[in-house]
Amino acid sequence: MNRDLVKNWLWPLAVFGLLAIVPKIAVDVPRLFDQPIDSPGTLALLASCLVFGALALTYDIQFGYTGLLSFGHALYIALGCYLSNIAITQWHWQFWQGVLFTIAVAFVLSMVLGFVSLRATGIAFAMVTLAFAQAGAVLALKDPHHWTHGEEGLGADYTKLPQAFVGIFNTKNLYWLALAFLAVVFFIVRWLADSSPGRVWGAIRDNEPRVEVLGMRSRAYKLQAFVVSSVLAAAGGIVYMLLFNGSTLSVTEPNFTLTLLLMVVIGGAGSRWGAVLGGILYTYLDDRLVAIGSSSQVAGLPKALRTPLEQPLFLLGVVFILIVMFLPGGLVGIVQRGRPTGLRRIREAVGGEAPPVKEGV
Amino acid sequence: MSTFLLLTITGLGLGAMYFLIASGLSLIYGLMGVLNFAHGAFISVGGYGTWWFQTNVFDGIDSLLWRWLLSAFMGLVLGGAFAALVELVLIRPLYSRHIEQVLVTVGLQLAFVALLIGGFGADAKPYTVPPWLHDTTTVFGAHIPNDRWIEIATAIVVLALLQLFLRKTRYGLIIRAGVENRAMVQALGIDVRKAFTLVFAIGGIAAAIAGVLSGVYFNVVGPEQGTSLLIFAFIVVVIGGLGSIGGSAAAAVVVGLTQQYTNYYASAGIGDMVVVLLLGVVLLTRPRGFAGAVVGARA
Repeated sequence: MNRDLVKNWLWPLAVFGLLAIVPKIAVDVPRLFDQPIDSPGTLALLASCLVFGALALTYDIQFGYTGLLSFGHALYIALGCYLSNIAITQWHWQFWQGVLFTIAVAFVLSMVLGFVSLRATGIAFAMVTLAFAQAGAVLALKDPHHWTHGEEGLGADYTKLPQAFVGIFNTKNLYWLALAFLAVVFFIVRWLADSSPGRVWGAIRDNEPRVEVLGMRSRAYKLQAFVVSSVLAAAGGIVYMLLFNGSTLSVTEPNFTLTLLLMVVIGGAGSRWGAVLGGILYTYLDDRLVAIGSSSQVAGLPKALRTPLEQPLFLLGVVFILIVMFLPGGLVGIVQRGRPTGLRRIREAVGGEAPPVKEGV
Repeated sequence: MSTFLLLTITGLGLGAMYFLIASGLSLIYGLMGVLNFAHGAFISVGGYGTWWFQTNVFDGIDSLLWRWLLSAFMGLVLGGAFAALVELVLIRPLYSRHIEQVLVTVGLQLAFVALLIGGFGADAKPYTVPPWLHDTTTVFGAHIPNDRWIEIATAIVVLALLQLFLRKTRYGLIIRAGVENRAMVQALGIDVRKAFTLVFAIGGIAAAIAGVLSGVYFNVVGPEQGTSLLIFAFIVVVIGGLGSIGGSAAAAVVVGLTQQYTNYYASAGIGDMVVVLLLGVVLLTRPRGFAGAVVGARA
């Protein structure tokens, strides 16, 4: 009991506590960061790392914890990012009204779309979620009501934002906001994993027919996981909006979801620290590899070698493929040897081996 | 009337490209249970391969038609070879681990788009084709761009060839049997893995054809073109019923036409939404898709 208390609550609290004092450290770390740790530039990068850590964790509720492979998670992040912004900037609401409204809409939308998409299972579920997310992306791009400003993106009306989060000087507050959000998501997932629905989610991932045989309606539980994960994602979208002072189309695109999938798998699916670590590391590398790609050492290489090195997404994609092929437990799998981790557990859920009996093709 | 006809033919042209992509996706899924995201890369190999041969190798050929045809042929060869290579190097080692196979194709697709942007730039490349392809033919008062006919005809030929191959050849038989019950085919002592490589190569060639034609349709090839076509092909595959070529063809026509009509008569962008709505309706009323194969049966 005491060991669990230490492992589940005290360790994470200690880590988040240490991360909380980062903005107070005025140290220069030459190779890792261009500017001192407490400079706005570095803090903004760290804050976006933390937000992506949290977003990856919300994705992992579906993927790693319940065995649902969604390609449409970006829809709810985009909803949070855009709707909260539209509410204050276009409809001139108060910020807190926008936040409440956005969360409510995310709840209803994920209920409805989750209900429809969960009629399909496995890979078909993935395709359906992708299609819904694509519809959202088209809506944001075409902008029929002149709310999103299409390709320009929508800058937030800063007079409506909480003043503590406006301006370069307040970057440290944004960092703390991102950290607080990450901690909240982390402890919610921690608590859910031990709750009775959470245990059913895990059972669905490991063996869905068995859950059905035990008399439980697995679809209802999957919908629960879908809604929890989507509402948290929308909340993350609001933090994302504050962090980047507005909304751009990149959050609506299918690739945004795929990026989250990469983060979760690289870190280790179905593991809280894995997803968070994956999100943080991926975001950091995505930013820093650009700097390496444009460094003088790389510029001296022949073009055939230089081209791939200049593209962070290429390098991260290759790392991802290698991890899938040779290290299915992800980075945390290295530490947790011997336990079934990561993709090994999800395999059954999404792509079971048993060939189906089909009536004619 | 003439507008309606133009929309119909254009919709069919678009549907033709969806079909070319969806047929391979559907076969691969039906046989192997893999949702192949790398299909977007196969499309790009066809499109960029043709463009590269046009501008670097065959630029000495004066006849634009021959230059285009030869380059397109090389694009298809590259597409098929690349797809077979992907199967051998990335998919085969993960045999029967479906989730990993899907993830690997996702990673490949993302890395490939990044590589295209790095190698050829983020901007779209102009595509040279025989000028008559962009002339119009007047049919019942409608001015129809000639490339639409080529797209439709190609899709029909590919559909016919695929059906012939699946119905009349030994490998076609193995593939059809494998889609229905792979374990039984293996139990009969047939090495079904050869069929996997073959299906990937066929799917890769069909996707490369779609890449070549999309270059003609949009006048350019761009790094993201494959991805955007792929998403609608996914919808076509689900609506048509996974694993069914005929279902894919029917669904491709429905999706292409719906998109064109609503984009014109309602407003631009609505067509894409309506197609997604259609997918929702099909799933709610007929979860098996048009052709009756169980959606998601492999889960």
